[in-house]
Amino acid sequence: MAFLTASPADPRGAYMALTHRRRLYSGLLLVVFVLMFIGTFQVAESRNAGGFWNGLSQIFDFPASAVREFVERIDRFPANLVRFFPSLIETVNIAAASTLFGALMGLVLALLSTRGLALWPRMIPVFRRSMDMLRALPEIVIALVLIFIMGGGPVPAMIAIALHTAGALGKLFSEVAENADLKPVEGLASVGANWTQRMWFGVLPQVAPNFISYAMLRFEINIRASAILGFVGAGGIGFDLRNTMTWGQGRFDQAVAIFILLFLTIVVVDQISSHYRNKLAPAEH
Amino acid sequence: MLFEVRALTKTFGRATAVDTIAFGVERPGFIGVIGRSGAGKSTLLRMINRLTDASAGEVLFDGRDILRLRGAEKRAWQSECAMIFQQFNLVPRLDVVTNVMFGQLNKRSTLATMFNVFPRADIHRAIDILERLGIAEHAAKRAEALSGGQQQRVAIARALMQDPRMILADEPIASLDPMNAQVVMDTLRRIHDEDGRMVLCNLHTLDTARRYCDRVIGMRAGRIVFDGKPEELTTTAAREIYGADESFSESATSTAIEALETPALRAVHTAEAAV
Repeated sequence: MAFLTASPADPRGAYMALTHRRRLYSGLLLVVFVLMFIGTFQVAESRNAGGFWNGLSQIFDFPASAVREFVERIDRFPANLVRFFPSLIETVNIAAASTLFGALMGLVLALLSTRGLALWPRMIPVFRRSMDMLRALPEIVIALVLIFIMGGGPVPAMIAIALHTAGALGKLFSEVAENADLKPVEGLASVGANWTQRMWFGVLPQVAPNFISYAMLRFEINIRASAILGFVGAGGIGFDLRNTMTWGQGRFDQAVAIFILLFLTIVVVDQISSHYRNKLAPAEH
Repeated sequence: MLFEVRALTKTFGRATAVDTIAFGVERPGFIGVIGRSGAGKSTLLRMINRLTDASAGEVLFDGRDILRLRGAEKRAWQSECAMIFQQFNLVPRLDVVTNVMFGQLNKRSTLATMFNVFPRADIHRAIDILERLGIAEHAAKRAEALSGGQQQRVAIARALMQDPRMILADEPIASLDPMNAQVVMDTLRRIHDEDGRMVLCNLHTLDTARRYCDRVIGMRAGRIVFDGKPEELTTTAAREIYGADESFSESATSTAIEALETPALRAVHTAEAAV
């Protein structure tokens, strides 16, 4: 309404002036963005070891040689799939266990940090910040520390991913729980139910479909995370992938087999989870 | 004195919702609290049930100040003092019997209730209560599938499951149609007459208060401005409670079917009755 009060006599002129000013701002913003882009690119280019333009032509060298080797040894493909299947199972296991534990931790953290539901309202900021901390720490950092302490293997990877999941899901869960209807909770409070009973019966039935849907989405993300953690010695299919890739020429057919296994897993999990999420969705209202 | 409220006050910031009110109850009765919206009726009931903390004053039940109770003792008091809400406050996704069983939450272990392990005797008692209130055929349905009047009777069943010393009802019929309102009020009156439980019921209509209550407390702007028998509730007294002028007509506030019936409708009903 500012432009109307500025010149009430001429609304057309005032509106045009406003439009011009907006266009000018957008133009200036674009110029600044382009300048920043060019500037930072030159900085990055000068500090780069290889050089962006020289390397650009080699981008497809790796996929090309991987595909070439894969086609040359296509007869070994089924054997490779069978060979790496157990480590795929290990990776999925790590992801499933960490999603389960992470979701349970996230559930408790979320309820403790939601206004209107929290057991100790004054502690809400403490639980929120602890969730922020869990989210801010990358899985790989937690995993490296734990592997250093406990040695390599699936358990440190599981703990690392579970901690990160607790932070990520806790935040999402809390946002869902904030919108929960408080009437059932109040009804339960009036009969003398304790906090656990109020949450379990008053809140969970309302939010369960959303919580489950977020947890399944997180499971997909965690499969990828647990594959990556294999690179730093956490076992599973990531470990095999690193071996086949770093041992250089002659092993790329196996790397491709692993990629295909991972891809199929993600597709299958995505299909299953979207099927169940669609089933859960109509009950949400 | 069975139940006594002394200088009870509740302030929200600078606003005073309930202003140093006091009254006593000698023996279990059916007591109505009337007054217009914002008079502090709900706040009064919520303080007695401990859903809202009081700013000052005492509430004595059998000589014990229930405002001093904390933690488990507070929850034990809440289980003795059942509350019925305007919006029913059931868990909509769970079935009717489970909702009634929630009246026992305070008396059972948390872990057992979480996995729905209630004693068989409790389940039978819950169904008996539903039978008594005439809604046993809906026992296995989700609470959200029931009509408003049925849901309110489930809420009353939950209250009875608590086996309470006292029942608080906060505008129990305000979101119901006249037919259901009558069924719910009849039910409340019946559990008072048959079980001898004390009922403290917020109402916003005069005729309901006159018809069902043994004693009426009128509140206006957080204070008690009337306390007496329903017969003493004259139009002048009602104007005082509602802060209304000469144009105030009692039938305008009514939700009872008789008052709503136009002469034409009444003729139809009479004809139907004759057939």
